[in-house]
Amino acid sequence: MSAYTSLPMVLSAVIYLLAMVAHAAEWAAARKPETVPVRELVGAGGPVVLAPEEPAEHRVRLFGRIGVALTAVGAIAHIAGVVLRGVAADRLPWGNMYEFVTSSLAFAVVFYLVLVWRRGWTWLGLPVTLLLSVGQGLAVTVFYVAIAPLVPALHSVWFIIHIVAAAVSAAAFNVAAIAAILYLIRTRAEARGTVAGYLARLPKASALDDFSFRVHRFAFPLWTFTILAGAVWADYAWGRFWGWDPKETWSLVTWVVYAAYLHARVTAGWKGVRAAWLAILGVITFWFNFVGVNLLTVGLHSYAGI
Amino acid sequence: MALLRLFWVQLTSMRTALLLLLALALVAIPGSLLPQRPVAPIRVSDWKEANPAVADLYEALGLFDVYGSPWFAAVYLLLTVSLIGCIVPRIAVYLRSVRQPPARTPKRLDRLPASATGTTTLSADAALGGAEEWLRSKRFRVRRDGDSVAAERGYLREFGNILFHLSFALMLVGVAWNTMLHYKGEVVIVEGQAFSNNLTQYDDFTAGAAFRPANLQPFTIWVDSFIAKFETGDVQRGAARVFEANVRIAHGAGEPEQAMIEVNHPLVVDGTQVHLIGHGYAPVVTVTDPNGDVAFSGPVVFLPQDGNFTSLGVIKAPDARPNYLGFEGFFLPTAIVDEQGPRSVFPDALAPELFVNVWTGPPRDETGRPESVYSLTKDGLEQMRTPEGNVVTFRIAPGQAIDLPDGSSLSFDDWRRWTKLQVSDEPGLWLVITSVGLAVAGMLLSLYIRPRRLWVRVVEGPDGPRVEAGGLDRADSSTGLDEDVTGLAAAAGVLDATEQHCDAAVVDEEEDA
Ligand code: HEM
Repeated sequence: MSAYTSLPMVLSAVIYLLAMVAHAAEWAAARKPETVPVRELVGAGGPVVLAPEEPAEHRVRLFGRIGVALTAVGAIAHIAGVVLRGVAADRLPWGNMYEFVTSSLAFAVVFYLVLVWRRGWTWLGLPVTLLLSVGQGLAVTVFYVAIAPLVPALHSVWFIIHIVAAAVSAAAFNVAAIAAILYLIRTRAEARGTVAGYLARLPKASALDDFSFRVHRFAFPLWTFTILAGAVWADYAWGRFWGWDPKETWSLVTWVVYAAYLHARVTAGWKGVRAAWLAILGVITFWFNFVGVNLLTVGLHSYAGI
Repeated sequence: MALLRLFWVQLTSMRTALLLLLALALVAIPGSLLPQRPVAPIRVSDWKEANPAVADLYEALGLFDVYGSPWFAAVYLLLTVSLIGCIVPRIAVYLRSVRQPPARTPKRLDRLPASATGTTTLSADAALGGAEEWLRSKRFRVRRDGDSVAAERGYLREFGNILFHLSFALMLVGVAWNTMLHYKGEVVIVEGQAFSNNLTQYDDFTAGAAFRPANLQPFTIWVDSFIAKFETGDVQRGAARVFEANVRIAHGAGEPEQAMIEVNHPLVVDGTQVHLIGHGYAPVVTVTDPNGDVAFSGPVVFLPQDGNFTSLGVIKAPDARPNYLGFEGFFLPTAIVDEQGPRSVFPDALAPELFVNVWTGPPRDETGRPESVYSLTKDGLEQMRTPEGNVVTFRIAPGQAIDLPDGSSLSFDDWRRWTKLQVSDEPGLWLVITSVGLAVAGMLLSLYIRPRRLWVRVVEGPDGPRVEAGGLDRADSSTGLDEDVTGLAAAAGVLDATEQHCDAAVVDEEEDA
């Protein structure tokens, strides 16, 4: 049974990788200077001919569509993998790092696909597929563990609430950080006047900043709630709601960095670029909490260690 | 004085708050990477032994008790002061702004981020009346002076912001109060035995500075049985699956009540929590001395040394005559003997055995000095030997007895489980929970309420009354401003408004807050 559940996961990692290649090709195709066809038109001089669809533009669209289609297929395999894992384990599939990472990325891919479907935001394709292929790739290779029941400390409603909230906030923080990174790239290009190619396809810097904030605005209270649910759970399980366990400490560090991000947004000299850096710092601390803390430190969290 | 003032202004500025937040994140990190004394004192000494070069420096810096160190306290105290200093003045400003009507209509509405103009089909008065009604229906607060209407909405945002920060400060108070008054004790109870909530009964006890022994709630717990089950499948073999302690509890005047304590389900007795935090094995033994008198009888708590519950313990029979008898050894729940020596290969008691050495010596004087029940003081004792001169060691299974060379005997009657219970009281917890709840509510208001100001003015034009409408968002990231402005114009009777959206004119009001 275990093998059947990991097969779709591996498959999804491979498909995401292909999707990423497609988006990379999309990006590369878009880098061809857009001025070429314009010059031809100007040079034509004579009677106005309808410009044929530029081959470059056509290729860009095609690669983009392939990327999104592959991601959708990957997502189906991915979600099937998560569901099968839950069915095979006969519980919610959130008991260890492998399950956490795969579930969280499943939320992220669904969120991304909704954005593509409702708003046509294919510009998120490259960074999101990069995140998905790296994340799923690590999950199926490094983090993988066979199915086992939960240890008693994890049998709790609070555990479910805590982990679902953590997985959803993880997905949101990652997407928000992607928007922050794109914001930084786009801002630089706008300042230098070199907005071309892929960058020209991105929304304006201010819109990226705005999107990043909206996602953070959703993720931050949820993350707060994650920590609180964790504290309640810790109180049930260990008789103290806070004990400076490395995982607790790092979730607080993450929380404080995001609080700093929210402050930076309303502080002169910090809004914009520096706030975006704080968003990136936030997601780094978030990842460290799931990877670094599990591997480097010893704590009470039973799935510390893989 | 001026310097103090400058310091205060600096401390309560947003920039300082930001840097202090980042500083807090930074100073919390070392405690997660180095062992911490309050949590793991033994790992601290191990670490210091392994890293002698930096151990003293780290110790001096307080890196082994980061969360109790002065510099950590300095950062969060500064942050708290900064927070209060920042928020209290905002309360005054907020209260004033709530009592005042919305700000007057600016002269030029077309300079606002969103504006619309057009001729109205209504009279000037009816146009303003229509606009006013529309604004009220959208829950704006409205002010009409002369030829214009000013409106504002979203006061709850700043309310939420203030609520959040004050509740956060209140939460810190709750945490501090709880730290002062809390207590936490641990006690080991063998199946069939009982515990009364009393300082002398605890094996380990910590409490806040303001704790008094009278704060202990009186109650008694009998542990009737403890059930442990472990994974027997191939994956995670030996991992814990079920732990349940079946207990009876007596408090107040009533009869003892049945209850069960599980890992995630503490028992709550009059506000005091009783957690199940550990378990192990206690062999039940009887020591008979060479005179045939029972020198010791009963369960003895052995302490687990590894995940398979290889457990170490000592059995003492100080009353044995003519000589003192002490036994030191291992209880192995699933015993095997291989090239690594005797050890346990599974945490459950599938094939329990006891492996022991015997120590003996002249009877000891009653010193009254407390002695650890988990170790044997060996001064004046020596290992018992066979007549041939070999050291006596033996393995023994439940139900068996061993006769020793000196005529005494040890019988391994049975085994029981023991549980370690943690009794704790957190009197400040309700305040922490309440303030956290308020803080979250405030945060949501502050993040999701979108303050907006709208204005509309009617001016007499050459071809009848003209309506000018405009709007401004007081926090970024709002949508629907353009729609509101055209809606307002329409409510004032404008059928085809000319809209204008002006990015450059974004008025930043947050700075002057
Ligand atoms: C322990 C310290 C602090 C924490 C954890 C904290 C946390 C937060 C969080 C999470 C937010 C965003 C959510 C919300 O708007 O309610 C926020 C907003 C805000 N904080 Fe703090 N804060 C702290 C200290 C301070 C201090 C010292 C100041 C004053 C200098 C301050 C001023 C503000 C202001 C003005 C906002 C509102 C920003 C806006 O209008 O959107 N905070 N804070």
